[in-house]
Amino acid sequence: MRIASSVTGESALVKYLLIGLALIWLAGFLLLPLIVVFVEALRQGVGAYLTALVHDDALAAMRLTLLVSAIAVPANLVFGLVASWSIAKFRFRGRNFLITIIDIPFSVSPVISGLVFVLLFGAQGVFGAFLVSQKIQIIFAVPGIVLATIFVTFPFVARQLIPLMQAQGIDEEEAALSLGASGFRTFCLVTLPNIKWALFYGVLLCNARAMGEFGAVSVVSGHIRGLTNTMPLHVEILYNEYNFVAAFATASLLALLALVTLGLKTLLERRGGRDVKI
Amino acid sequence: MDRTLTTRSFLLLAGLLLLLASICEVRADTVLLNASYDPTRELYEAINKEFAADWKAKTGEKLTIRQSHGGSGKQARSVVDGLGADVVTLALAADIDQIAALTGKLPADWQKRLPDNSSPYTSTINFVVRKGNPKAISDWSDLVKPGIAVITPNPKTSGGARWNFLAAWAYATAHSDGDEAKARAFLTALYKNVPVLDTGARGSTTSFAQRGLGDVLISWENESYLILKQFPGQFEVVYPTISILTEPPVAVVDANAAANGTTEAATAYLAFLYTPQAQKLIAKNFYRPRDISAADADDLARFPEIALVTIDKDFGGWRQAQKKFFADNAIFDQIYRP
Repeated sequence: MRIASSVTGESALVKYLLIGLALIWLAGFLLLPLIVVFVEALRQGVGAYLTALVHDDALAAMRLTLLVSAIAVPANLVFGLVASWSIAKFRFRGRNFLITIIDIPFSVSPVISGLVFVLLFGAQGVFGAFLVSQKIQIIFAVPGIVLATIFVTFPFVARQLIPLMQAQGIDEEEAALSLGASGFRTFCLVTLPNIKWALFYGVLLCNARAMGEFGAVSVVSGHIRGLTNTMPLHVEILYNEYNFVAAFATASLLALLALVTLGLKTLLERRGGRDVKI
Repeated sequence: MDRTLTTRSFLLLAGLLLLLASICEVRADTVLLNASYDPTRELYEAINKEFAADWKAKTGEKLTIRQSHGGSGKQARSVVDGLGADVVTLALAADIDQIAALTGKLPADWQKRLPDNSSPYTSTINFVVRKGNPKAISDWSDLVKPGIAVITPNPKTSGGARWNFLAAWAYATAHSDGDEAKARAFLTALYKNVPVLDTGARGSTTSFAQRGLGDVLISWENESYLILKQFPGQFEVVYPTISILTEPPVAVVDANAAANGTTEAATAYLAFLYTPQAQKLIAKNFYRPRDISAADADDLARFPEIALVTIDKDFGGWRQAQKKFFADNAIFDQIYRP
């Protein structure tokens, strides 16, 4: 008798070969680098690891990364809600166009995303003369980094919500409104509970990217130590200074962030799975 | 429900403000920003420490010196685009010329304001090879042989890369009786052997030393010795028969310093580079000092006398060299086809 998988009819050999291949592939390309980060970080012991993390420049980089995502994530949360509400609940001219432009940050290289801000707000840029005359510094300062981060993390929340809200339609909201609830109340008590898991999930991905973004931020940062270096940029600087333990120590924090994100994601999928399929 | 919402958003706002405050608080003291090129990280770390102590002793003021490093051309571009550097310490005069020409933030004759062409230290270009010199590389002519992988950064973004190019050009013209076509052919063959052009000297060093790419690294002399120090026993330094005297210049960006109220500190900072105390540090960090009076003999012993061409005598100055070799569609663009 031939052992076959129930649907496709391949032999057991093919099945295990494929599973094995996928596992080896994942281990080699995803797990191994992650392990290397921690091994390198702890190469000279826990003491050296901790010393690297409490260095002034490292702390400044962490502060900046937290600040940037504390601004970028809420901004994109609000934008994502507004955009997906508009797209899912209203019909209007240019709706498809809006869906397309939300995806621009996904399709354009991060370096370009950074460069457009230099071309807009740099001293030689479109608004350069005005900003200089007002003594407003955007590029090579925190505002530029925040702008670039908001730009690249734009689609995460909206992309999670749009399909879900479209699938749910507007029946429940209409019912609530016809029973006399105000618009805001309807949003809080009907819409929000329906989309909360997808929303959490979007925020989570948005935050992971906001903290980890390198390319766009690198272009607008100016790389001033202790001032405009985010954690990913700090990792590169340390690596270029042959300071491998410190580089990987900082990288290990980013790796931990990735692991926490993954864990929360699994949790959310399990919780959310009961209400809605993400 | 509304109340908890308000409390929560209030807490969030308070947290945000706290974070903002903690970022801004750093700005209290006098802060100088030095935008520098790639290999000077270790040098300025040492210099900044001593100058800050010196400044404190003289004025009682606490001074913080911030550093930004990258390829020299890229750093100049950042200053042009609005990076508020009080001083620039770049790899070559052409990059500071560029800032002066595009922004007017410092006068066109900036290089005459400080001694020695505003270059408090010099260096040259040499080679780093792997231990035992397995490919037997001894001069520029070995770099064009087939099968040799040469690591050097991109002349468009890196100052060191431009010095590298000109040093090779100097060798080529010296060995072809000034026949420019032959020199072009030599450089074409050399860059055919370059597998990757990094944006800055430090990127190339990492490619060569850390990632193990290539057989020979064309490098700043100072960077070469730093590699020997960071990777003991793995590499050797080779001097070609002819190279170039590199003069990395420094300048106060007048308009930035005036806007930041740091003109006095910035000027003193650059003047400090010429003191025997700083010159000693310069030699210790593998740069050739202008004033050897206080430098350690061991440090000076590293720098052999070799035939050096200069940018002013042999290439007619940076303005001309930049136009002839590195401008868009100039010689480098013509010979380099990736």
